[in-house]
This record gives sequence, C-alpha cells and structure tokens, in this order.
Amino acid sequence: MKIDIKTENGAAIARLSGEIDHHNARELRMQLDKYIIAVQPREFAIDFKNITFMDSSGIGLIMGRSKLMHECGGILEVRNPQPYIKRVLKLAGIERIVKIT
Amino acid sequence: MEVINEIKFTMPSLSVNESTARAVVSSFLIQADPTVEELSDIRTAVSEAVTNSVVHAYRNTKGTIELTVRLLREREIYIRIKDRGCGITDIEKAMEPLFTTAPEEERSGLGFSVMQSFMDKLKVKSTPGKGTTVTMRKRLSAHGD
Repeated sequence: MKIDIKTENGAAIARLSGEIDHHNARELRMQLDKYIIAVQPREFAIDFKNITFMDSSGIGLIMGRSKLMHECGGILEVRNPQPYIKRVLKLAGIERIVKIT
Repeated sequence: MEVINEIKFTMPSLSVNESTARAVVSSFLIQADPTVEELSDIRTAVSEAVTNSVVHAYRNTKGTIELTVRLLREREIYIRIKDRGCGITDIEKAMEPLFTTAPEEERSGLGFSVMQSFMDKLKVKSTPGKGTTVTMRKRLSAHGD
C-alpha cells in the first residue's frame, strides 16, 4: 500500500496504490487523517486509479474521511475508481454522500 | 456435491492473512479460468468473511481460520470459512446492512451484504462461544469452456 499526498491548484489529492483491506486501512486512515487535520484543505480528493483491490474496509475509510473533512469545513471527492471498485461503492450507496468522478 | 478439486488452508487469525486468503483462492481458481469480474467478486467475498473472523470472532484473542475451496461440477465454486471464535448471537441482526459491533474500527457493516451481492448463495451457521461457519457458492460463466 502506497500513498502520495500533494496539493495541486489549491486542492489536496491523495494518490493511493495497492490493496485496501482491513489490515492496511488503519495505517492509511492514520496518514490521511494526519494530513487533513494538519492542512485542513477545503477540497480533498482520494485517487483510486491504482487501487487493485478494495473490500468494505474501503467504504469505512471513505465514510470516515468524509466525516472528518465535513467537520473541518471541507469536502471529499473520490476519483477514478476501477469498475469493480465502483460496484462496491454503489452497494454502499456512497455516491449519496461523496462526489465520485 | 461432486468435487473435482479441493484445497484446505489453515491460518492464524492475523489481519495480514486477509490478503493471504485472497491469494490462495486466486491461485486455486486459475484452473477454472474465471472472468476478471468473477474472480474479483470471489476474492472480495472471501476477504469479507476472513475479516469478520479476524475482527469479530477472535476480537482481542487469536485463533485459527480454516478456508476450504472446492471446484464442483458445472463450474460451481464452493467456499467455506470456519472459525472457532465467539460466535454470533443474532445472525439475522448481524446480516443487516450497516449493522456493526466495531464502529471504532470504522467497520461499515457491509461485509455480509457484499458476500450476498457478489456470490450466488450464502449460508451462515454460528454457535455462541463455539464459532461461525460461512459457506458461499458461485457458478462461473461458460467463459473458460
């Protein structure tokens, strides 16, 4: 699991690569929260382009970061999920609370 | 149930073995030549079941998780995940979407929903204090024939 967070044009973007399951979600959660709390970006995108596997642990991860961003006065966006990951997102109805592009 | 091939794999309830279980299932299923989507569905369902054993069955303890994968006639896949953990008191409640007993770990409560959606059949048997057995089946398309 790799994570690369950068600020581009005033918005923060976290590019993830690897697999998201319960085992590695905790470390990912800690890194993302540390950045969000320190920087408090108004817009924060998580790029799933290079995520090769995600189970419902990823849903918890997205919902938790969405809540934190909301508490910090910002919004979360999910970018580039693979078709298979879109199915997991759809099952959870995540598009109702997070913008997916 | 006519079994063409079968593997049994036992692992300690370490979270790192969630990906081990997925890898074992993927390797075994190569012989059946599933589609990318079918393999993703099965890997995800297995990941959810093993995670349930790690997070819920053996919470604060360690135990053993048994994974059985069978290739049956007519391209049907049978998967059993068995633990000897704390068991589930109310299976119906546990299978409700969004129900979780581990919100502090950001569990979404969608594990059983994913298993139900991604597999054709799901059965859960559990005895409080003795453990839980999840069995799932999925028939693969004729893609590999």
